[in-house]
Amino acid sequence: MTFERVPATGTASPGYLERLTKIWETEPGILGWFSSVDHKEIGIRYIFTAFIFLALGGVEALIMRVQLARPDQHLLTPEQYDQLFSTHGMTMIFLYAMPILSGFSNYLWPLLLGARDMAFPRVNALSYWLFVAAGIFMYTGFAMGAGPNDGWFNYVPYANKEYNPGLNMDFYALGMIFLGISTTVGSVNFVVTFLRLRAPGMSINRVPIMIWGTFTASVANILVVPSVSLAFFLLWMDRNFGTHFFDVSAGGQPLLWQHLFWIFAHPWVYAIVLPAMGMVSDALPVFCRRPLVGYTAVVLSTLATMTLGFGVWVHHMFTTGLPTLALSFFSGVSIIIAIPSAVAVFAWTLTIWLGRPVITTAFLYFASMIVLFVIGGVSGFMTGSVPVDWQLHDTYFVVAHIHYVLIGINLFPVIGGLYFWFPKFSGKMMNETLGKWSFWTSFIGFNVAFLPMHLTGLLGMPRRVYTYPAHMGWDTLNMVTSIGAFVFAIGIVLTFINVLVSLRSGRIAGPNPWDAPTLEWSMSSPPPPYNFAVLPTVASRHPLWEQRLGDSHGTSTLDEGFTLDDKRETIGTTALDSEPDVILKMPFDSPAPFILTVGTSLIFAGMLIPSRLWAVTAVGCLVVIAAILIWLWPERELGQRVESSQ
Amino acid sequence: MTPLSYLTGYGTKAYPVTALTWGLLIISIVVVVIVTGLVVVGVITRRVRPETPLGEVPVDRRGSGLGLLGVGVGISTFVLMISAVWTMAVIAKINAPPPGQKPLVIEITGGQWWWKARYLNDDASKVLTTADEFHIPVSRPVRIELIGADVIHSFWVPALAGKTDTIPGQTNETWLQADKPGRYRGQCTQYCGEQHAHMAFYVIAEPPAQFEQWLKDQLQPAVAPTSPLIAQDEHVFVEHCGACHTVRGSTAGGSVAPDLTHLMSRQTLAAGMLENTPGALAGWIAEPSAVKPGTKMPDLYLSGPQLSAVTTYLETLK
Repeated sequence: MTFERVPATGTASPGYLERLTKIWETEPGILGWFSSVDHKEIGIRYIFTAFIFLALGGVEALIMRVQLARPDQHLLTPEQYDQLFSTHGMTMIFLYAMPILSGFSNYLWPLLLGARDMAFPRVNALSYWLFVAAGIFMYTGFAMGAGPNDGWFNYVPYANKEYNPGLNMDFYALGMIFLGISTTVGSVNFVVTFLRLRAPGMSINRVPIMIWGTFTASVANILVVPSVSLAFFLLWMDRNFGTHFFDVSAGGQPLLWQHLFWIFAHPWVYAIVLPAMGMVSDALPVFCRRPLVGYTAVVLSTLATMTLGFGVWVHHMFTTGLPTLALSFFSGVSIIIAIPSAVAVFAWTLTIWLGRPVITTAFLYFASMIVLFVIGGVSGFMTGSVPVDWQLHDTYFVVAHIHYVLIGINLFPVIGGLYFWFPKFSGKMMNETLGKWSFWTSFIGFNVAFLPMHLTGLLGMPRRVYTYPAHMGWDTLNMVTSIGAFVFAIGIVLTFINVLVSLRSGRIAGPNPWDAPTLEWSMSSPPPPYNFAVLPTVASRHPLWEQRLGDSHGTSTLDEGFTLDDKRETIGTTALDSEPDVILKMPFDSPAPFILTVGTSLIFAGMLIPSRLWAVTAVGCLVVIAAILIWLWPERELGQRVESSQ
Repeated sequence: MTPLSYLTGYGTKAYPVTALTWGLLIISIVVVVIVTGLVVVGVITRRVRPETPLGEVPVDRRGSGLGLLGVGVGISTFVLMISAVWTMAVIAKINAPPPGQKPLVIEITGGQWWWKARYLNDDASKVLTTADEFHIPVSRPVRIELIGADVIHSFWVPALAGKTDTIPGQTNETWLQADKPGRYRGQCTQYCGEQHAHMAFYVIAEPPAQFEQWLKDQLQPAVAPTSPLIAQDEHVFVEHCGACHTVRGSTAGGSVAPDLTHLMSRQTLAAGMLENTPGALAGWIAEPSAVKPGTKMPDLYLSGPQLSAVTTYLETLK
């Protein structure tokens, strides 16, 4: 039984558009809201939720900065401080930095690729719901006074039951496994979408770099998330069932934890910056009015960074007494990994020099990111050198480094990306005057807070201390950092205010306010539910600029192409050359991902105290089975039919 | 210099590391200045008039830039390679103490939240146990064997040597050497719980003769009570504190807390947190949890006379 069907080609007529809208629109009402699988809807929810977590993590940071502003303060007890810094790390690294990029990628991928949705729309909804549920789960512990208190790295034996008898670690361990499911299913979706849903003609050398960044990060996540999930599962077993994976008295190994954790966590750091670097690679050239310098080099550097990124995890463990030979190897890789970063930095800088930059708020965020990236890069290079790291390790120098990396290479591009893509999301322009104020306040505040922190570290202030004695040379520096932190926070709040103001009264954007070259700008703002009325065919890297650039590979066609309107459909293409291959039937909205998430939440809630709450886990399993049945129930309309309705 | 700075080294092991740290720091600063300059000058010289709509600025390829990209990456690679080689050379240099002198060997145990030291010696009667302040001779390498008592801690004396963790279940080794006499602050740098912030210690480097004298004095048991009153005080101390603390020469023989045999020879209390003054000592004993919340030293709710007996006795432990 074969279902061969050659899709019709043509242009969009009003009746056809109406039909498409009806097919792709999310049902109104509460049920529709919980059932939507529209990648744009999911993307916006991801971005909104991640910004909520950013705000929470920011407030936690500010409370800590009040405590640390002066020596010997007692605003917080040590335990409160420990939970705050651990929760701050957990929030920013796991609940903000990756999800915000998933949000942008979810929204933008199908638009950049010329597809009508992600490869697995229901999985997409599932990854969002799981992320929210895992976030709520972890914060439930914090609200109950049982937040993580052993840092985001959660070293044993301090995380073992013997030293940490409360539920703190159980919430964190289970929450991380929970979140890992979300990350994994989301990553699988990105990988398959990258391989199969690019527009006809979008061969892999025509893919926007942001797509490369997220694709690379997703491959990495699939490979390394199992390591951390396993580590947390073993810890949970140790804590609840008396196993001895990390229990020294029974032959367990504290260093096993560190290896399993950092094999995950170092690649993760690259995974939460590469997509953001991709945003800069795609958007900065728009404001420089030219294509990116060295597209191929930048793509290869993205892949090289991630590949080398798997071989540097031991640089978090230089002080653990490993043999010097092993340290030398990891030290070498940690220094060499700066080479691909240099490629990106010079590519961006040359794009400015060889372009005609138009200074907008988004441009300022992207251009300043180059500088912040270099500062975070060179401090990382210093910690890569073993003997130097033996001094720098676990001092505020490393705190400065990680914040230049995560704020400089994640948050700055993200806010730049917000200014850049907000018109597409909402149809309105963000206010430029308020935008410039937000940029300068953020930029100055951030650097006032974190540049002096390098010196605090060089003067020996250890990390993760709830207070510090006077006369250590750190008093003034800490006061400056605390002031800078508040200024920085004001800058971020100005951006949030700008979003609200612009949503209400922003200038109407039109389809392509930046005169940008990629496919997402070829449609109305905000895009229609079906994204592309007819599926575009792409002949170059810059479909909307190719006439002006004189690209000689043929012409992209955007308003004539495959017209797919037999229920939800999009076109599948071959992995490398992107030749049309198959009509993909896309699923309808469904509450199954949400129900599955509720079931999963019950499973994890029961596992908090397995001896008493096992029944909750059992009920959760039943809910999950029911959700999977609803999800996978065969539906005639999802089958491929020879006779189309046309 | 501030107590925990490592921008200046004071010993054979520290010198090459300090040089490397400064070297990489200067390279880093130069790189940041160059790239920042390139970005700022690039933006200023190449920008179009502000507020120009993007659509009015023509789009153009204007050169591939690949040659310059290659130059930039090439220079970066060269600098990185030099840094890597320099790093390897320093690792090789400081991997072991210079041959020639027999190192002093100290076994140091990190526990929540204090440091225990045992000066090892083949002659068991010459093994000294002390806490939080470690005297060493100048210009002689000191080999340090690190043991984790409970959770992971990290041993760090920035002016003399980088960090090495104390990990339960394994013995890590490091070494250091002070070439100038002085009092060098050390600090736990691996997060280890509530009082991680106050887990300091001091390494006191002295001329060899002075060090030998110190070692000899420390090996002596505590002086026996010189009056019946002090003997009574000792009794109160042993009764309340003896289960955890040792005072050699008395019947206090606990081993989970610092050895107090020569407490008054130390400059600080409570892992480097308090100056060793009678007031601080009394305050610390009266309510440890107020001074260091979370500390393993219990609040004993001693009565006024008991407290004064214990402190009076401790003050005799010269």
